[in-house]
Amino acid sequence: MSEQLKVSSSPHIRSKETTGNIMLWVIIALLPATFFGIYNFRDTHAWLLVIVTTAAAVLTEYIYEKLMHKKITIKDYSAAVTGLLLALNLPPTAPIWMGIIGSVFAILVVKQLFGGLGQNFMNPALGARCFLLISFTGRMTSFVYDGVSGATPLATIRANIEAGNAALDGVNSMDMLIGNIAGTIGETSVIAIVIGAIILILKGIIDLRIPGTYIVTFALFIGIFGGFVDGVGFFNVQYMTAELCGGGLMLGAWFMATDYVTSPITKKGQIVYGILLGCLTGLFRLFGGSAEGVSYAIIFSNLLVPLIERVTLPKPFGKGGEK
Amino acid sequence: MGLLTFKGGVHPNDGKSLAKDKAIVELLPQGDLVYPLSQHIGAPAKPVVAKGDHVLKGQKIAEAGGFVSAPIYASVSGTVKAIEPRVNPTGSKVNSIIIANDGQYEEVEYPQPKPLSELTKEEILNIIGEAGIVGMGGAGFPTRVKLSPKEPDKIDYIIANCAECEPYITADYRRMLENPELLVEGMRVILKLFDNAKGLFAIEDNKPDCIAKLKELTKDEPRMEVREMMTKYPQGAERQLIFANTGRAINSTMLPADAGCVVDNVETIISVYNAVVKGIPSMERVVTVTGDGVVNPGNYKVLFGTNQNELIEAAGGLKEGCEKVISGGPMMGFAMYTTDTPVTKTSSSILCMSKDEVSACEPTACINCGRCVDACPSRIIPSRLADFAERHDEEAFLKFNGLECVECGSCSYVCPAKRQLKQAIGSMRKTALANKKKK
Repeated sequence: MSEQLKVSSSPHIRSKETTGNIMLWVIIALLPATFFGIYNFRDTHAWLLVIVTTAAAVLTEYIYEKLMHKKITIKDYSAAVTGLLLALNLPPTAPIWMGIIGSVFAILVVKQLFGGLGQNFMNPALGARCFLLISFTGRMTSFVYDGVSGATPLATIRANIEAGNAALDGVNSMDMLIGNIAGTIGETSVIAIVIGAIILILKGIIDLRIPGTYIVTFALFIGIFGGFVDGVGFFNVQYMTAELCGGGLMLGAWFMATDYVTSPITKKGQIVYGILLGCLTGLFRLFGGSAEGVSYAIIFSNLLVPLIERVTLPKPFGKGGEK
Repeated sequence: MGLLTFKGGVHPNDGKSLAKDKAIVELLPQGDLVYPLSQHIGAPAKPVVAKGDHVLKGQKIAEAGGFVSAPIYASVSGTVKAIEPRVNPTGSKVNSIIIANDGQYEEVEYPQPKPLSELTKEEILNIIGEAGIVGMGGAGFPTRVKLSPKEPDKIDYIIANCAECEPYITADYRRMLENPELLVEGMRVILKLFDNAKGLFAIEDNKPDCIAKLKELTKDEPRMEVREMMTKYPQGAERQLIFANTGRAINSTMLPADAGCVVDNVETIISVYNAVVKGIPSMERVVTVTGDGVVNPGNYKVLFGTNQNELIEAAGGLKEGCEKVISGGPMMGFAMYTTDTPVTKTSSSILCMSKDEVSACEPTACINCGRCVDACPSRIIPSRLADFAERHDEEAFLKFNGLECVECGSCSYVCPAKRQLKQAIGSMRKTALANKKKK
C-alpha cells in the first residue's frame, strides 16, 4: 500500500461548532434588539451609527492584522460582535465619528494590543463605551426621544428623588418592557433583548449561571437597599421593575456579562461573578455619579476574573469534586 | 430509575450503523504473523523460541517478563522467521516474533481443564495469567494482576464493561449479540474468585438487543445483573463506569479495587472463559473494520499477529483517497502511518476515514467558552491545562490537577477553537509522570 495516510493525535473527530458559528449566533441574537432600536429611534441616524460602528470594528481588526502581518481573523465574527455591541451601547444621537473612535479603541487598544481574541482582560465594547463616556460625557449622556431631549427612566427616578417628588413619577413599566423610552440604541427593549437571550440559551451558547445570578442578586440588592436609600419602601415592585428594565441591565446581563473571554471559566466562579456584578451594579446605581452603572460594574468585575478563578478552582473527579 | 451515567462527556455521531448489522466473520491469516513482545502494560514478554524453530498453534512463544506482564502464544503453526523490531499499531517499533504461517493450523493438544467447580481460586488465577490474557479494551493491563487485589473479599462488584462508548466500534456489540453465553460463563468464572461480589453487565442504552439478550440469560442468576447506562462518551472509561454503576468516585492515585470494583471488557471476559473452561490461551479477538474509507465495513474474528492489511483487504480494501486509518476508535485510537502492522491483544478496530477532520480544521485562539470544562469527565479545566502544557509550566499543571486527566479527548472534540487540548495535556502528563517517578 503506497498511499499517504494522515496522522495526528486523538481524538480524530471534532464537533461542528466553531468560534465563527458561536459569534454568528450572538450577532443573530442581537438582531431583535438592533432592529427594535433602529425602529424606536427612527427619527435619528441610529441605523447608520450601527452599520458604521460595526464596520469600523471589523475594518480596524483587518487593517491592524494586515499591518502586523498576523493572520486575518475577521471571519470569526468576533470583531463584528464587538462593533455591534458598542453601537447598541451608544445613544442614537451620538455623532458617527464617535462610533468610529469607539470601535477603533475597542479593537485596537482593548483587544489587539493585549494579544487579540481571547487575550483581552475586559470586554472591548464596554471598555470603549467607558472610554467614550469619560471623553465625551455630555454627548454620551444626552438622550433624545421622539425628537425631544428626554431623560432615561432611571435618570427620571434619580431627579425625582433629588427634587423630593415621588420617585416613580413619570416612569411607565410597560413602556420600559417594550422599549418605548429614551436610552442607548440597543438597551431599551427588554422584550427584544430577552428574545435574543432565549436564542442563545436554546443554542447552548450561554447558560443562566451568570445572567441569572446577576439579575437575582441585583433585584434583591435593589429591593432591600434601594427601598432604604431611595425611600420607596422594601421590595417596591414598580421601582424594582424600573431598575431591572432600565439602564442597560438586561443588555449587560445577557450579552456582555456572558462574554466568554472576560468571565470566569469555572462554574462556581461564574456564580461568584454574577453576585459581584449584582452588588456592584446596585452600589453604583444607588451611590454612583450616573444613573446606570452596568458598564462599570462589568468592566470592574472583568478585572477580578483571574482572582475569582483562582479561588474557585474545581475539585477533580474522585477527589471530593462535584460528581 | 433514570439511566446510569456520570457528569460531563460528549455525544459524537456514533457511526455504529456502518458495521452494526454485520455478523462476525472468521478470517484466517495468509502472510507472516507478527507478535510484538509488548502488547500489554508492564514488562515485555521474553521469547522462548528461536529463529528457525517450528511452532504449533497454541504454543507459547514468549513468557511473562515479570509479575506485571503476559505470555504470548503462536496463533498459527509455522516457522519462526525472525525476532526483530517491527512497527506496532501505535507507531513505535517494538521487538516482535515473526512467524511464517505454514497454513496447516496444527494445534498443540490443550490439557483437559478441570471443571470450574473443582478449581481453586489460585488455580483459576494461574490459568488466566498463563493464558496471556490482558485487558482487551485498549489498555492491555494483565488480567491476572487485575483479578488479584490485596483484599479480594472487599470486592463487591465485577463490572463487565459492555459500554463500547467509542463511536464506530461494534466488536463488543457483535460479541454480546452472537456469544452472550460466553460472556455470562466468563463472568461466572471471575465471580468464583470473589465470594462477595456481584457481576454487573453495564451496557449503554443504544444496544437494546444486547440488553434484552443478557437480561434473558441472567434472569436466574442471583449474582448477575444487567445495568443500563446512558449512551454517552466516555461511559466506558473505567472511572466513569464505576461511578455510573456504584456512585463511587476514584481518582488517578486509586485503583478500581479501592472502590471495591474490578472492571473487565467483553472480549477479555470471553478470553477468560476460553482459558479456564476450554483450556485455550488468548490468541484471537473480534476486530471491527469500519469507517467511510473502507469498502465493506464488518466485524472479523482474527488471530493475533495477523497483518492489518489482510483485514482491510477482507473488508474490500480502502476506498480511493482514504486519508486516515486509525487503530482503535475515533476518540482514543492511534492514527497509523502504515497499515502494515499486526492485530494485537488490544486492537479493537481499524477505522478508515475518507476525510481527516482534524487536519481540515486549524486551531485558533481559545475564547474561554468553557465547553471543555463542561465536557471533562475528570472535572478539571482542559483549556488552562493545555496553556500550562504549552508553556511547560509543570508546577501550575500539577496544581490544576493535570494528572487527573484520563485523555478521553472529549475536550478536543468539543473545542470550537479546534485546539489540540488532549494532545497538549497528554504530553505534559507523560513528562510530569516521568519526573514524579524520578523523585
